Amino acid sequence: MTDITAGHLNRISNVIVHPLTVRITHWLNALAMIIMIMSGWRIYNSDPILPFSFPVWLTLGGSYEGSVDIHNEDGLAGALQWHFAGMWLLAINGAIYLAYGLLSGHFRRAFFPVGPAAVLRDTLAALQFRLPHRLGAYNAVQKTLYLGVLTAGVVMVLTGLAIWKPGQFQELTWLFGGFDVARVIHFLGMAAIVAFLIVHVALVVIVPKTLPPMITGRAPAHEAQGEH
Amino acid sequence: MPQPLSSLIPRRDRISASKEIVRASGAARQIERRLFLKQSLSLGALTLLTGCDVTDTTSVQRVLNGISDWNDRTQAAIFNPRRLMPTYPESAAVKDFRYNAYFGQSQIPKIDGASYRLNLSGLVDSRKPWTLDELYALPQESQVTRHVCVEGWSMIGKWTGVPFRTFLQRIGADTTAKYVGFECADGYYSSIDMASALHPQTFLTFKISDEILAPRYGYPLKLRIPTKLGFKNPKWITAMYVTNRFPGGFWEDRGYNWFGGV
Repeated sequence: MTDITAGHLNRISNVIVHPLTVRITHWLNALAMIIMIMSGWRIYNSDPILPFSFPVWLTLGGSYEGSVDIHNEDGLAGALQWHFAGMWLLAINGAIYLAYGLLSGHFRRAFFPVGPAAVLRDTLAALQFRLPHRLGAYNAVQKTLYLGVLTAGVVMVLTGLAIWKPGQFQELTWLFGGFDVARVIHFLGMAAIVAFLIVHVALVVIVPKTLPPMITGRAPAHEAQGEH
Repeated sequence: MPQPLSSLIPRRDRISASKEIVRASGAARQIERRLFLKQSLSLGALTLLTGCDVTDTTSVQRVLNGISDWNDRTQAAIFNPRRLMPTYPESAAVKDFRYNAYFGQSQIPKIDGASYRLNLSGLVDSRKPWTLDELYALPQESQVTRHVCVEGWSMIGKWTGVPFRTFLQRIGADTTAKYVGFECADGYYSSIDMASALHPQTFLTFKISDEILAPRYGYPLKLRIPTKLGFKNPKWITAMYVTNRFPGGFWEDRGYNWFGGV
């Protein structure tokens, strides 16, 4: 009897902070990001737009040496295959996430309201390491970063389409300033997402209790606030 | 792990060949399945133990090839045969166009125009080889379009030649066939789908920047197809054929997406 009561108490004291759809799409997106960024870096290497290349070991696209030895090419073929396979995972998973976020009210609850005053206040607090972290409730800095990276993701898909199909989707390419400009925006979007990922992962390392809820969905009630 | 040399055989031929083997006996199917399972297990083990690069494993490569085939079909569905690629004023055309091939400039094929012949085969009414003079006598048009390379760079150029559709009509090509294939003096080869071959901006070209193609630009004959990536624009063409059998291509057989549309 005592045990049952304890178990029951334990159950109700754990609340859902990340719904199942958010968790699944989060991890599938993490996989898609790794594929797109690493294969994208190797594609970039075949014609760099800045005076640097990415280290080959950080790139994706099959064996680099094998490609060079057998096919006399820099592993671009494999990188392109990964990139144009990963795009389906990114786009389909992203569409499910956006549809869920918009229709369920998840975006409204999690990311809004967010205003300049709150962003300024929370940024200052964060810089002084005085910003408390409540699981499942985002402060203004987090809201801004998440909205920013979502926007970057949408821009990446659109500029990706613009430089994949500058003929069939020429209006989209035109909208982004033409092929060469769209290509630069596609690169800058990558840079923004990578910058976000560095902060995102660093914060999880600093506040490790944020990791289990993104897997189980649950957090102790006294540490959580509301459902998101 | 290096890719097997069998990757030089067109993907579809490889797939259909393996399909026939599997159909031949149930035992073979079981062996194949067992092999697949073994490969999957070793793939997982390898990832866990070493965390090293396992992207060349055949099961992963098979999935990637399958998605690339799917992307061929997607692009064929997106392709609008009447949609023109953007054109530019002549002033935008680059005069000193970038040289691009899988070999250095010292190995550029040297073709003698007087003895040159364009050989034809496959589903065409007339297989008579064409001389350069006969080709030059065809009605010519110019285009100023963007050449988009799979590597990411692009360049606007002016090309002059005969609309490919006109040439296909002259030789009595079966335009209900699926593919047009090209063979080149440098050993390069490529192929395009018939819908793209008939696109009004697909030209067999003789000139770049109003001058007869220099050897480095593909003298005497280059396909200009602005609806496709640069590697689908073969240079130094010596033979072409119309076929329903998937012909593949030099880079395509090394993993580049076959449709290669822009």
